[in-house]
Amino acid sequence: MSDTLVDYDDAVARYDTVFGIEVHVELGTRTKMFDAAEQGFGADPNTQVTPVSLGLPGALPAVNGTAVEYAIRIGLALNCTIAESCRFARKNYFYPDVPKNFQTSQYDEPIAHDGWVDVELEDGTVFRVDIERAHMEEDAGKNTHVGGATGRIHGAIYSLVDYNRAGVPLVEIVTRPVTGAGERAPEVARAYVQTLRDMFRALEVSEARMERGNVRADVNVSLRPSSDSPLGTRTETKNVNSFRSIERAVRYEISRQAAVLDAGGQIVQETRHWHEDTGHTTSGRIKSDAEDYRYFPEPDLVPIVPDRAWIEEIRANLPELPAARRRRLQADWGYADPEMRDVVNAGAVELIELTVAAGSSPAAARKWWMGELARTAKERGVELEELPVTPQQIGALQALVDDGRLTDKLARQVLEGVLAGEGDPEAVVAARGLEVVSDDGPLLAAIDQALAAQPDVVAKIQGGNLGPVGAIIGAVMKATRGQADAARVRELVLERVQS
Amino acid sequence: MSTPWRDEVARVAGLARIDLKPDELDRLAGELEVIVQSVARVSEVATPDVPATSHPLPLTNVFRADEPETPLDRDEVLAMAPAQEDGKFLVPQILGEDA
Repeated sequence: MSDTLVDYDDAVARYDTVFGIEVHVELGTRTKMFDAAEQGFGADPNTQVTPVSLGLPGALPAVNGTAVEYAIRIGLALNCTIAESCRFARKNYFYPDVPKNFQTSQYDEPIAHDGWVDVELEDGTVFRVDIERAHMEEDAGKNTHVGGATGRIHGAIYSLVDYNRAGVPLVEIVTRPVTGAGERAPEVARAYVQTLRDMFRALEVSEARMERGNVRADVNVSLRPSSDSPLGTRTETKNVNSFRSIERAVRYEISRQAAVLDAGGQIVQETRHWHEDTGHTTSGRIKSDAEDYRYFPEPDLVPIVPDRAWIEEIRANLPELPAARRRRLQADWGYADPEMRDVVNAGAVELIELTVAAGSSPAAARKWWMGELARTAKERGVELEELPVTPQQIGALQALVDDGRLTDKLARQVLEGVLAGEGDPEAVVAARGLEVVSDDGPLLAAIDQALAAQPDVVAKIQGGNLGPVGAIIGAVMKATRGQADAARVRELVLERVQS
Repeated sequence: MSTPWRDEVARVAGLARIDLKPDELDRLAGELEVIVQSVARVSEVATPDVPATSHPLPLTNVFRADEPETPLDRDEVLAMAPAQEDGKFLVPQILGEDA
């Protein structure tokens, strides 16, 4: 099915976009939220289950204290108030991946509420997103649909369920409606989720790997005629699970909704599905009274009343967050704002940090990662961190340059060798025989040969015209296959001619 | 005959996927009305300074250490299910969701 779309620029010229995002993050605890089954990616199906995971009769849940601590960490990092007291609730619905027929979640008493996070866009603009709440809940199992096209539920004849994921601790973070982003709404949405992902990693509460579903986003979008108008009807696009898709999904909904409104139609409040392959959304469930979850307090779990001293201890031990870390590193490294932004946008912060730790100067580390290596990554269509070279190897390579054993040009050839899997820089230097010729003997021989080949040059130089020195240096570099230090060659040429 | 209590019972039965016959709806409508009215009397007695009670025990912060325990044996687990395939529970076609 294809929707009518309005050109994006026209859509944002005529309508004001409001969006909201719900992010679910799987916590990286050893065990599940309410039971002691081990959790983790990649185990054989249904090998990480206990009676609680399966919702067997009589099984009693017990709260994972570490998961609560992680949730508080997230709440504090998002500048939220941590609740004096909060409870779990049952959210009742039937679906095969929810074996208890309810999800244990938090309803009117989230553990954290009323916060904010500053999101930095690629051009350095900072946009503040208000957080309504962050609450604890559990993940569902995983359904695999069999018999339909490419694993889709539509046309499937039956489904298979793996409950390893059922009960994995989740924190759901809900924004307040985000207004004022204008035509940059898709970019802000993407940067927001990226900011949270980086934060989860820094907080060490989750590996936060998007491709494994550790972080998942539902995106709400609505349009209104102007920023003074009341909020329009919104749609919720579910399970948009990559940064690029978040940006595209918001953009798509803006264009689609603008077309509906332009035609005098009304937006239907509904769940929509994102299709990664074609880059569009399709209608799913219409939100209606049928979606009555009959929330009620979970009788099997007592309230959580986080001790204030505990909260302050967690606050005091919060690791440095990504934004503060970026500011500190920029100051340490002496990079200009645009240089630092490029480094951040290229995903090179950690690579440069490790390269500097391996002994390189910050300037040289940036030169390698943002120059030669960025070009190579682009050619190969991969991220910098996916290149087969480590920051330690770049540090070692730069040390060879600093020691005068390699020229920049030779260093690039050595890097080529490292990238080709020929080993560490030292090994490549040895195998390819690339070291700078530092012994004057072979250099003098090459210089004499070059001078003999161009006898008029000697007279010119002796007459005070230093121009032709370059030609001699060139000939020497050629004779030594680039392995001479040009500055040293120049010194030797002048000594030779003037002596 | 449709009454507010009968409609409520029918709605909740629908949410709970319980198929009630007309005579059951009639009987339960009367019972639900009595139950709700009995509970409502509590509100009459309780003064505003009495907070709603969700838990009868004066306990908070019961936490478990994040230590794994031995999981159930998968063969035993799957043996409880009517059908299985590839180590997973096999369930009938899922309807009512167009994804």
